[in-house]
Amino acid sequence: MADALRLYALLIWTWIRAAAQFPVSMVLLGLASAAVAALDMVGIMLLFAHTPRIAGFTAPEVLFLYGTSAMSFVVADVLLGGTERLGEHVRQGTLDTMLVRPVSPLIQIATEDFSPRRMAKLLPPVVVLAFVLPRLPADWTAGRVVMVPVMLVSGTVIFAALWVLTASVQFVVIDVHAATKSVTYGGAFLTQYPMSLYARDFVRGMTFTIPLAFVNWQPALYVLDRPDPLGLPAALRFAAPAVAVALCAVAALAWRAGLRHYRSTGS
Amino acid sequence: MIEVTDIHKTFTVRTRTGRLRRRRTTVRAVDGISFTVAPGEFVGYLGPNGAGKSTTIKMLTGILSPGSGTVRVAGLDPSRRRTALARRIGVVFGQRTTLWWDLPLRDSLTLIRHLYRVEAGAHRRRLAELTELLDLGPFLSTPVRQLSLGQRMRGDLAAALLHDPPILVLDEPTIGLDVVSKATVRGFLERVNTERGTTILLTTHDLGDIERLCRRVMIIDHGRLAYDGDLDRLRAAVAADRVLVVDLERPAPPVRLAGVVVERVEGPRQWLRVPREMNAAAVVAALADRYPIADIALREPGIEEVVTRLYRDGGRVTA
Ligand SMILES: Nc1ncnc2c1ncn2[C@@H]1O[C@H](COP(=O)(O)OP(=O)(O)OP(=O)(O)O)[C@@H](O)[C@H]1O
Ligand SMILES: [Mg+2]
Repeated sequence: MADALRLYALLIWTWIRAAAQFPVSMVLLGLASAAVAALDMVGIMLLFAHTPRIAGFTAPEVLFLYGTSAMSFVVADVLLGGTERLGEHVRQGTLDTMLVRPVSPLIQIATEDFSPRRMAKLLPPVVVLAFVLPRLPADWTAGRVVMVPVMLVSGTVIFAALWVLTASVQFVVIDVHAATKSVTYGGAFLTQYPMSLYARDFVRGMTFTIPLAFVNWQPALYVLDRPDPLGLPAALRFAAPAVAVALCAVAALAWRAGLRHYRSTGS
Repeated sequence: MIEVTDIHKTFTVRTRTGRLRRRRTTVRAVDGISFTVAPGEFVGYLGPNGAGKSTTIKMLTGILSPGSGTVRVAGLDPSRRRTALARRIGVVFGQRTTLWWDLPLRDSLTLIRHLYRVEAGAHRRRLAELTELLDLGPFLSTPVRQLSLGQRMRGDLAAALLHDPPILVLDEPTIGLDVVSKATVRGFLERVNTERGTTILLTTHDLGDIERLCRRVMIIDHGRLAYDGDLDRLRAAVAADRVLVVDLERPAPPVRLAGVVVERVEGPRQWLRVPREMNAAAVVAALADRYPIADIALREPGIEEVVTRLYRDGGRVTA
């Protein structure tokens, strides 16, 4: 595991060095992605220009949800977003060339074409969290303080597992890229708002099937000391790490099954 | 080094026959192949399009698992120990590159060094050696997407051998190369085999590759092994006839000689097909007895002819 991480870092470093040969384009592209990534935040601000609350939550509270969701998503995206291209590699048979190397194809795909530009998307969530955390009307007990990094890490792991899961599907069903994208990017967007905004059954679905509610919503209820609008048990607020681990196990199984399914292409 | 026992691989292909209707057909890509390759051997793997060569190679490298039968490469089961095997085997796909399109060749090779965890000093030495043998120097700093096919192929060969594997498997490495590039690649492979003792399995449609490099050939057709043995015996076994080209002193009607068929007449020159079992010297003597001969030449069948015959007859050959 430590070995895999070291290799991962080494590969990313090689790609960064290659990208750094064109510094101007790297910086410009980075700024552009940061600007695009900030649009979601701008959307939230615009809503609050018209109303003091969204689904019962104040601006700092919603920005807290936004910041934690975006932060988790972007970190997962930086680490594993490259897996999006798995379907293409399967279709073109180029996965073959990865399979003859002594490193998991997951690491190879995740690092392929890694560009520092992807990291620029971290800018909006970092800025928002730095701004909103001190202004949050929360009662900062030790438990709540610890919960913030715990939810960021669990959220990242949940999104990372979703990247791997959606990639695994592409081993079997080709051309599902658009559909799988809606799970990852869609999930990132949905979790930026309070879940009380959505229909109850939908929220139940996001709690018990695709567990997006654990990315930030459930832990945030604890940090903000809010009752659950759905009346779900309070224990769920602490379940995010367990959910993240379970989802990882599912993703690992799916990846193995997918890889077994791979049958290359003719020629 | 490589041990294959009775492997099979079938693919199910769904073809659309109507708006909604689909038909499943199974393709027997590899249908019961067995062979062994000893350390240091250089084996050619031949067969017409769709014979199952690439599929075999994918099973040898662990990309695909055999439907049935067993494979052992460097003592490992490829599909179970794919990553362990990857360290001991080099693979070149002529049809697709293992290099990264946007990186300069040198950076691609650095990435490969990290993937195989080659130690920096060893990498430097090995790279210098490969650069010289394959003449990579002029384009080491060029992005791979700008390389010509021949340059890219040489880069791919270097990439496959950077970790100094004892086994090298090549799937059509000379496809689309010009005469000069082919010669470079062949010369390189020959050196790798003789100097390093690397075991090589080479798939190709270029019979020149085979004649130049391989003493042993395996021919596969419809997923089955049609021949496994040395090249000279293949020529004999297929019983491709030799051709006697005779220049008579003046134009004449086709010569008449028992067992010999005249294939073509052009002025004083005649082409005679001499069956494999006939003694060529006796034929020449009999001819010289009866006809005034200016010149004479005996042509061995080219490997093209041998292989064409073999593919066409679709038969098995016993060596
Ligand atoms: N991934 C696949 N899915 C379905 N059928 C396949 C697949 N790969 C190969 N086949 C089929 O298996 C058979 C053998 O293919 P293979 O690629 O092994 O042939 P080959 O000997 O390498 O041919 P060529 O000389 O044209 O490269 C062909 O009929 C091909 O259509
Ligand atoms: Mg092939």
